[in-house]
Amino acid sequence: MSTETAKSSTESEISGLDYEETELKLGLPGSTRATGSEPERKRGFSETVDLKLGGSRAQVVGWPPVRSFRKIALKSCAYVKVAVDGAPYLRKVDLEMYAGYQQLLTALKEMFSCFTICNSPNTNERRLVDPLNGAEYVPTYEDKDGDWMLVGDVPWK
Amino acid sequence: MEGYRRRGRDEMKGGGGAYYRAQIGETWVDSADQRSDVQVFRRPDWEMDCRPTTVVPSGEELRGNRGGRSRTAAGGVAHEEVFIWNCVGPPSVLKPLIPPPMKEVSEMPAGGEGDGGKGLQCFPDPGGTAPQMPFFDHILENVLENVLCFLTSRRDRNAASLVCKSWYRAEAQTRIELFIGNCYAVSPSRAVGRFRRVRSLVLKGKPRFADFNLVPLEWGARLTPWLTAMAPAYPCLEQICLKRMTVADDDLFLLACSFPRFRDLSLICCDGFTTAGLAIIAENCRYGIHLSIQGISDRFTTAGLYQFESWFSSTRNLRSLDLIENDVEDDEDEAVDWVSMFPPGNTCLESLVFDCVACPVNFEALASLVARSPFLRRLRVNEHISAGHLCQLMARAPQITDLGTGSFAASGDADDAETALESAFHASKSLSCLSGFRGIAAEYLHIIRPVCAHLTSLNFSYALISPQQLSPVITCCPNLETLWVLDSVGDDGLQMVAASCRKLKKLTVFPLEATEDSEGSVSDVGLIAISAGCRKLRSILYFCQRMTNNAVVTMSQNCQELVVFRLCIMGRHRPDHLTGEPMDEGFGAIVKNCKNLTRLAVSGLLTDVAFAYIGKYGKLLRTLSVAFAGNTDLSLRYLLQGCPRLQKLEIRDCPFGDAGLLSGIDHYYNMRFLWMSSCRLSLNGCEEVARALPRMVVEVIKDMPGIENDSVHKLYMYRSLVGPRNDAPTFVNIL
Repeated sequence: MSTETAKSSTESEISGLDYEETELKLGLPGSTRATGSEPERKRGFSETVDLKLGGSRAQVVGWPPVRSFRKIALKSCAYVKVAVDGAPYLRKVDLEMYAGYQQLLTALKEMFSCFTICNSPNTNERRLVDPLNGAEYVPTYEDKDGDWMLVGDVPWK
Repeated sequence: MEGYRRRGRDEMKGGGGAYYRAQIGETWVDSADQRSDVQVFRRPDWEMDCRPTTVVPSGEELRGNRGGRSRTAAGGVAHEEVFIWNCVGPPSVLKPLIPPPMKEVSEMPAGGEGDGGKGLQCFPDPGGTAPQMPFFDHILENVLENVLCFLTSRRDRNAASLVCKSWYRAEAQTRIELFIGNCYAVSPSRAVGRFRRVRSLVLKGKPRFADFNLVPLEWGARLTPWLTAMAPAYPCLEQICLKRMTVADDDLFLLACSFPRFRDLSLICCDGFTTAGLAIIAENCRYGIHLSIQGISDRFTTAGLYQFESWFSSTRNLRSLDLIENDVEDDEDEAVDWVSMFPPGNTCLESLVFDCVACPVNFEALASLVARSPFLRRLRVNEHISAGHLCQLMARAPQITDLGTGSFAASGDADDAETALESAFHASKSLSCLSGFRGIAAEYLHIIRPVCAHLTSLNFSYALISPQQLSPVITCCPNLETLWVLDSVGDDGLQMVAASCRKLKKLTVFPLEATEDSEGSVSDVGLIAISAGCRKLRSILYFCQRMTNNAVVTMSQNCQELVVFRLCIMGRHRPDHLTGEPMDEGFGAIVKNCKNLTRLAVSGLLTDVAFAYIGKYGKLLRTLSVAFAGNTDLSLRYLLQGCPRLQKLEIRDCPFGDAGLLSGIDHYYNMRFLWMSSCRLSLNGCEEVARALPRMVVEVIKDMPGIENDSVHKLYMYRSLVGPRNDAPTFVNIL
C-alpha cells in the first residue's frame, strides 16, 4: 500500500487514505523514503509541531514551579519550521496567525509559491499540487513521539 | 530640689482628666500642685506614639525623647519635654507613700515588688490601661524603652525580649515594626495585646506552594480578623505589607477607614480583591483625618484636636501602593476606574506599582496623577499601557528611578511612539530600574540604551529576546546588580551577561516554555559562564532542562557569596546529562562551599546522598525546597537532624514516609512550617506527631477525592501559640 513503515500504516488507518507510491512529502531535499528508516524521520530540520497528542507524560500539577500568570503572560510562540522537498530553504510559520487548516494551507501555498491547492479526488483532504509535474504534496508533521502525522486529523486548537 | 526646672506650661496639663502624683526627691507632687519651683509636665498623648502620659520621674532630669528636641506648646512658650512614662492601673490601687530603700541599678530585679529605686511611685491614670508594675522596674523599663527604641532588627528585639520580664515589657512597648511570618502562628488579639505601638506590619499567610496551585482556594489566611483586632489598637499604623493573604474589598475599606496615618500598602501574591477595593484605598486615604478624629475623640481636648489636625494635613495622602504579582479578580466589564479616585491636587505618592492588574486603566487619569505627584520615584504600569502612553508618563515624571514599562510596544502609529520613546529615554537622568516589556517588539529594545549605563536592575522576564537581540543592550549595562531574563537568551546570552555584568548579584532565568519536556535553551554551559563572570553573585534562580554536576560544582567554587541557590531542572528525576549520575555531588558542593547559603532549592535526580550533604554542611540553611528527590526516609532525617537553622521546609512528591516525619520531632518547634505533599505519609504518622507536639498545628488537606482515608496527600504543619484555627474549611482536617 504505502512505502512507509508500520507506523505510517497506522497513519493510513487513521486517515483512511491510500497513498500513491509517488506521493511526495514535505521534507528535506534529497531525503529518501526508505522504509523503516526511522532515524531519518527524526530529521533535524523537519517541521515539528508540538502537539501533545495524549503526551508521553501526564503533566503534573504545579510543576515546573512557575506561577501561572507567567505562563499565560508569555504568548506561546507557535512558530514552526516548514520544509518542502525541493525547496532551497525553509520557512517559519506562526501557527497562531491562522484559524484553521485551510488558512494554513493557503499560507503555505503563498510561501512556496509554486503550488496550488486542489481538492483530492478521493476525500475532502486538501493537497498542494505542483502544477509543473502534477506531484501532490501532503502536509505532514513530526509529533512528540517522532511519528510523522498527516496534518488535518487533529482539531485545529 | 533635683528634678525639674520650670519651663513653661503645657497646654495639655490636666486636659485629659488624668490625675497623677509623683515623688521628686523627697517631695510628693501631684497634678494639681501650684508650686512654682516645680512643674510637672505631661506629654500630650496625641503625640508621636499616642501613649497615655503618666508619671514623672525623679532623680536626674531626663530630657525629651528621641533626641530631646523642644516643642512649642500651643501657647507659644517653648519648653523642653520631660520624659514621661507609662502609667498604671485603676485608681483604686494606690501604693503607700513610703520611699523605698535605694538600690543599685545593676541589681535590677525582675518583677519584684517594692524594691529598688529612689523616689518613684506611680499612681494610676484613669484612662490608662497598662498593668500595674512595681515602681523600680517602672523606672528601669522606661530607661530601657529609651534604649531599645534604637533596636531595629526583629531578631535583636526577640533576643532582648527574652532577657527578663522587664525587658520583655520594654521591648513590647517599643516595637514599631511587627513581622508575622505565619498568620496562624499567633492570634490577632495576642499580637495586639503584646505590641501596643505598632506602626508597620508585615503579615504572611499561605504557604509558598500555594503559588503553584497546590493549596486550594478557600484554605484561609484572611485579613479580616487581623484588621478587626488592629483597628482599635493601632491608630498609628502607617504601613502594611501582606504576602499570600486573602484580602477582600471590604478589608480594604476597613483599612482605609481605620488607620488615619496609613501611608504604605504593599500586597504581594494576594488574592480576593478587585479594582473596587483599589478605588477605596485611593479615595479614602485622603479622608483619613476626619475618620481618625471620630475614632479617638474622647482622648482629646479641643486644643489637642487642632494640633492633631494640623499635624495631619501634611500626611493625609497615600505614599505607596504596591501591588506585586497579585490575582486581581475582575470581570472586564465590572472593573472600576480606581486611578481616577485619587484626590485632586498634589499627592504624596512615591510608589505606584500595578503591573499585575489585568484590567486597563484610565490613561488620562493616570497621566494626571503622575503629573501631580512630584515625589513619585517608582511607577510600574500594566501591559495595557502602550509605548506611546509610556512616553507621556515619562515626560510628566522625569524624576522616576524605577519604571515598569508596560507593554513597550506600539499600538497603532508605530513611528511616533518610537521616536518619542527614544527622546524620553535620552532625557532620563535618573532611571536605575527597568521592568515590564510585556509585549516588546525586538526593534524597540535599543531604545533603552541611553539609560543602561546607570541601570542596576533590569527585568526582561516577559520579553522574548534572542541572544542577538540581547547583546547590544546588555553590553551597555556594567552596573547591573539584578537581572531577570527568559531562557530564550540561551547559553550565548548568558555568556554575554557574564562578560558585561560583573557586579551582578541576583540572576533569575525563567523558562519560556514551562513544561517538563520543552526544549530548554539554557543549560550547564550558561551556568558555568555566569559563575565565571559574576563572581559576586548572591542569588540565583535558574530553570533549565540539562545540567551537570560539574557546572554546579564550578558555580559553588566561583560564587562563594551565594546566599540563595535555586536550580530547577524541569524534567523530573533528570540526572547529569553528561555522566548520567545523580546530581548529588553538585548540590553537595553548593552547601559545602557556599558558607553563607540560607536558601536552597534542589531538583534533578537526587539520592539520599544529596541530603546527607545538606544535613552535614547546610548549617545556615533556613529555607529548603525539595521536589521529586531522595530515596528513603534517611533523607528527611539528615535534613531535620542536621540543619539547625531550618525554618521552612517544603517537600513534594518524594518517597518520604512516617519514619522520616517522626525523625524531626525534636526540631519542628524551631521551624516556621513543614509542607509535605504527595509523599508517603499516613494518618497514623501525622497523628503521632500531633500527639507528641501539642503546640504544632497539623493540617491534613484533602482536596482530591479518591484518596484512601489513611494516606495523607498534603500535610501542612506549623507551630502556633493559639492552637488549631477556627476558620479551617471542610477539606482541612486538623489533627
